[in-house]
Amino acid sequence: MEADARAENENGLVLELNEVAMRFGGVAAIDGLTMAVPPKKVVGLIGPNGAGKTTVFNVVTGFYQPTAGSVAFEGRPLSGLTPQAICALGIARTFQNIRLFAQGTVLDNVMVGCHVRRRCQWWMAPLCLPRFFREEKEIRLKSYRLLERLGLAPLAGEIASSLPYGAQRRLEIARALATDPSFLLLDEPAAGMNPQESADLMRFIEEIRREFDLTILMIEHDMKVVMGVCAHIWVLQYGRLIAEGDPDQIRGNPEVISAYLGGGPKAEA
Amino acid sequence: MTGPLKHNAVRNSLSTLAFLVAGYLALSWAEANFDGYQTQLLNLVAINAILAVSLNFIYGFSGMFSLGHAGFMAIGAYVSALCILPPAQKELLWLLEPIYGPLAALETPFVVSVLLGGLAAAATSLLIALPVMRLGGDYLGIATLGFAEIIRVLFTNLAYLTNGAIGLRGIPSYAGIWWNYGWLAVTLFVVLSMLKSNFGNVLKSIRDDEIAAGAMGINTSGYRTMAFCLGGFFAGVGGALMGSLVTTIEPKMFNFQLTFNILLIVVAGGLGSITGSVVGAAAITLLLEWLRIVEAPLTLNFALAADDPQLCAAALAVCLASGVFWLRKWRRGARRPAAALAGRLIRGLTLALALTALALALTLALALALAFLGLEMFPDFTLDVPGIPGMRMVIFSVALMCIILFRREGLLGVREFSWDGFYDRLGRLARRLGSGGR
Repeated sequence: MEADARAENENGLVLELNEVAMRFGGVAAIDGLTMAVPPKKVVGLIGPNGAGKTTVFNVVTGFYQPTAGSVAFEGRPLSGLTPQAICALGIARTFQNIRLFAQGTVLDNVMVGCHVRRRCQWWMAPLCLPRFFREEKEIRLKSYRLLERLGLAPLAGEIASSLPYGAQRRLEIARALATDPSFLLLDEPAAGMNPQESADLMRFIEEIRREFDLTILMIEHDMKVVMGVCAHIWVLQYGRLIAEGDPDQIRGNPEVISAYLGGGPKAEA
Repeated sequence: MTGPLKHNAVRNSLSTLAFLVAGYLALSWAEANFDGYQTQLLNLVAINAILAVSLNFIYGFSGMFSLGHAGFMAIGAYVSALCILPPAQKELLWLLEPIYGPLAALETPFVVSVLLGGLAAAATSLLIALPVMRLGGDYLGIATLGFAEIIRVLFTNLAYLTNGAIGLRGIPSYAGIWWNYGWLAVTLFVVLSMLKSNFGNVLKSIRDDEIAAGAMGINTSGYRTMAFCLGGFFAGVGGALMGSLVTTIEPKMFNFQLTFNILLIVVAGGLGSITGSVVGAAAITLLLEWLRIVEAPLTLNFALAADDPQLCAAALAVCLASGVFWLRKWRRGARRPAAALAGRLIRGLTLALALTALALALTLALALALAFLGLEMFPDFTLDVPGIPGMRMVIFSVALMCIILFRREGLLGVREFSWDGFYDRLGRLARRLGSGGR
């Protein structure tokens, strides 16, 4: 079964959601969602507030087990895996409400991200094994290089919670990149940014996608950002997929317009 | 490399080496010159430091509010005591019920017994971690508190293992200065090498945000269990050393008061600061002993007081501490915005108390100085204060309240001693003195 899935994955889909449903008691946060995310692209997931977008992220990253349907990452089913196991497979995420390790420094935060790829065990620390120290140094260096790349190096010694908002968002992305992902989930990266910052962010997302050879799926409300950077877009409303396609198709889709503006299709005219 | 990757590795290693040599010399000196009481205190400082560091590792760094320390200590103390009690002594001790067969002839070297005590405590903590790790915050505290009580009751009733409520007497007192400080060094080394590596960041990340830590690929429950067991191990070691130090253990000894004392050290020293735990252990162990003065009937007579070195030292300490405190406050000119009435009242009250203490201490200091010169201030004045049993704990509870009110982060907060910081400060001081001289 798994071998089949792998063979099928020759077509190279990064993430496949098949009829996924997530119910909390009587509330269906996602209802029969089917998605196929193509590789090496920036793609978007949009929808009005409460449409179930973040729930999709939580299902993909293992925080929720879907009540129905299946999720597969690079042909490998994710059901029953813990968030940490899923992260180890190469899926990293950021959070809508920034979740940094507030008391640690900027460098500490990124170093925590490096942990998932480390080979040494905790008990090697008191034994002072040379390869432990070597790995420790590698992690420090890798984290610092990553901070340099994302323009956060001058802040490396600052306490994470003391950073300005935009830098905190950037740091969260840096921390996610430290886990060496092949698939990155960004939850509203442009929230709270002014137009100039959003424009910078668009360039930034495209850059890191190319540089780290990633597939990026992002949730975003800023239509300028979504239309500007995403190659493919899925639109959710009340947990159902109402449209998918490239930005032009979505822009002209009457159902999407009515979902966002709140009227029936006629309200558009 | 720049910024946080810069290190003065050689200088810092040499400084650590110098510090170790100085510590060795100081302990040798203490061993030769201290009397029994002082040696006992010195040993207690080391053991309390081990216990405080282990609790801080669990609570301060890994964010698990654990109140089970007395339980781990009891396990360590009993296992170790059973290993080092000579068979002849065991025969004498178990009167009510015969001792469990294989234990009767068991006798191991001290180091093995301490290790076994620690391992037994670690194994027990692993056992209780499995159901309890799912709980967070206050619930974990209550569950571990219950665990400690269970251990105490079990040890009271399993007479064929523990000799029941009678306890164990005549435990060989191997735990001298070298064993205790040696184990303290081992504890500090293990804990600090963990915390200074990326595993320290990992533990703190779980404490700060468990969900984000999980999303970063960290096995949160695994690392919490690990931290709980490592803390339990060193609590067991501390208990084993304590048993051998006091030579008599009984289940009653491992009550909640013991956990509370260690918690007091950890909170006062600073949650999340190993330096704070060690300094706090020294300060509070010594203060707890010194404050026995307030529980004994006291005749205040300045001529007499001058002959009492403990009282003199206490007066000087209070003088210095309050002097430094108010001086710093003055210089900073810290004027906090007017708080609510209750806050102002409490602040006023403590200020009045502090000033009274300061005045008393100053008078005492003056009297002492005069006594040195052969003069006596108020030669006829004597004041009889009856001893109040339990007064120490009242004072400590008030102190704890003051810490929570005025300095919630404890003595040192999350700051740690580091050679870099030390030399930085030294350099700044030297520059200031240099520029002041010119």
